[in-house]
Amino acid sequence: MAKYLLLKHYRGAPAPVNDVPMDQWTPQEISDHIQYMNDFAARLEGTGEFVGASALAPEGSFVRYDGEGRPPVTDGPFAETKDLIAGWMVIDVDSHERAVELAGELSAAPGAGGKPIHEWLELRPFLTAPPTVTE
Amino acid sequence: MDEVLLRSLTPSVIGILVRRGADFAAAEDAVQDALVAAVRAWPAGAPRDPKGWLVTAAWRRFLDATRADAARRRREGVAEEEPPPEPGPAVDDTLLLYFLCAHPSLTPSSAVALTLRAVGGLTTRQIARAYLVPEATMAQRISRAKRTVSGVRFDRPGDVATVLRVLYLVFNEGYSGDVDLAAEAIRLARQLAAAVDHPEAAGLLALMLLHHARRAARTASDGSLVPLAEQDRGRWDTGAITEGVAVLQAALARDRLGEFQAQAAIAALHADARSADETDWVQIVGWYDELVRLTDNPVVRLNRAVAVGEADGPRAGLAALAALEESFPGSAGTEHPVPRHAAVAAYLHERDGDLAAAARLYTEAARKATNLAERDHLTRQAARLNARRML
Repeated sequence: MAKYLLLKHYRGAPAPVNDVPMDQWTPQEISDHIQYMNDFAARLEGTGEFVGASALAPEGSFVRYDGEGRPPVTDGPFAETKDLIAGWMVIDVDSHERAVELAGELSAAPGAGGKPIHEWLELRPFLTAPPTVTE
Repeated sequence: MDEVLLRSLTPSVIGILVRRGADFAAAEDAVQDALVAAVRAWPAGAPRDPKGWLVTAAWRRFLDATRADAARRRREGVAEEEPPPEPGPAVDDTLLLYFLCAHPSLTPSSAVALTLRAVGGLTTRQIARAYLVPEATMAQRISRAKRTVSGVRFDRPGDVATVLRVLYLVFNEGYSGDVDLAAEAIRLARQLAAAVDHPEAAGLLALMLLHHARRAARTASDGSLVPLAEQDRGRWDTGAITEGVAVLQAALARDRLGEFQAQAAIAALHADARSADETDWVQIVGWYDELVRLTDNPVVRLNRAVAVGEADGPRAGLAALAALEESFPGSAGTEHPVPRHAAVAAYLHERDGDLAAAARLYTEAARKATNLAERDHLTRQAARLNARRML
């Protein structure tokens, strides 16, 4: 089994095919989209491949250490330039092919006009613990 | 086996062990072990004296643990500790436990966890699941909290207000995992209101009951939020409403008004309306005025603006919103906005007929939402208006 992180972007990914902002969809299209996402997660729970998922707020900031006795420095939120993560899902699957297949399904979530968004999702394998058998 | 009955005995059994000389942390561990043993030993039904059974089982476990500890200390050459001093005058042990677990030296998250375990009798695993953290993390949080309060004397009542805040936090967390935190908060608030003579304890219990009564109507079958005005009032829990109103009336009769009683009074007025149109908004504004007098904060002012908008029209509501921004600069800003400010502004602008401003504000509100259900709801609102404007 191997774990993969699926990342959905607010910004920073290539533009999707069906690129219409969500507040321009009809309320029913929004409901259908949410239903698709929920069904997808439920199905992966059913197959034993779901680990966790969460949406993230769009506004965040960068923080760094600024030296002994000083408060951390914060920067942001950043306007238009930066890569911005909208949410994540972790899956635990048998193969890279399976991870790609699932990411493809998630990207087919319906958007404006009820048509798939064809959204670009970022797929990142987890680094694992070293195997017991090495030779 | 009635798990809730069993758990309701937790604080008084811990109290008895502490009075017999056990320190709080050891007593709490022993009672948790006894609860687990009880679940195994009582599959068919509780013994005639479940409390006596638990005291005996917990005390035996406490002694075993202490002996093991003492033997270890002797081996390590540490002197035996002096026996603890006699406890002070008897105050209801359950009540003392509430104060201890909500002690001001604890952070809110520690107080919540300790209260659920030592007063609520939940296991660490159940609490961890409810708050979606690993069990080891929750175990650490609880044992650190126990260390923090280990020096607190277990003999005099503290400030009821701190306990109420902790229970309010538990209630608001709602429901995830196999423990219904809202129902658990109601149980603990009911037990507290019975143990202490305090109108705000009753006020909080009433507030919880009246909000809990609407729970089934608050979400649609697809999980989306249903706003108060659109809820199917036939699905409200009339039993909880009746109890909440009775508890509230008894509290208000004491004539010592507080925040929770005023909030419960507002919830009771909503519960009283057979349809959204029949809501007595003028009286609700009156209660918000009381709340502003008791605790002037931007959240109360924001909710008051909604009520004013219903009582006197959207223009009046928008004026109340402008007054809020004057009293609390930055409340509509991007840095530290009052939660839901943009959503309220959007609603009032829509009622005032300015659909373009309303749609823009709903989109902004969705961006600032702090939970998924609310964000989805606000996005739908923006979409609804945008679709109408395009017709």
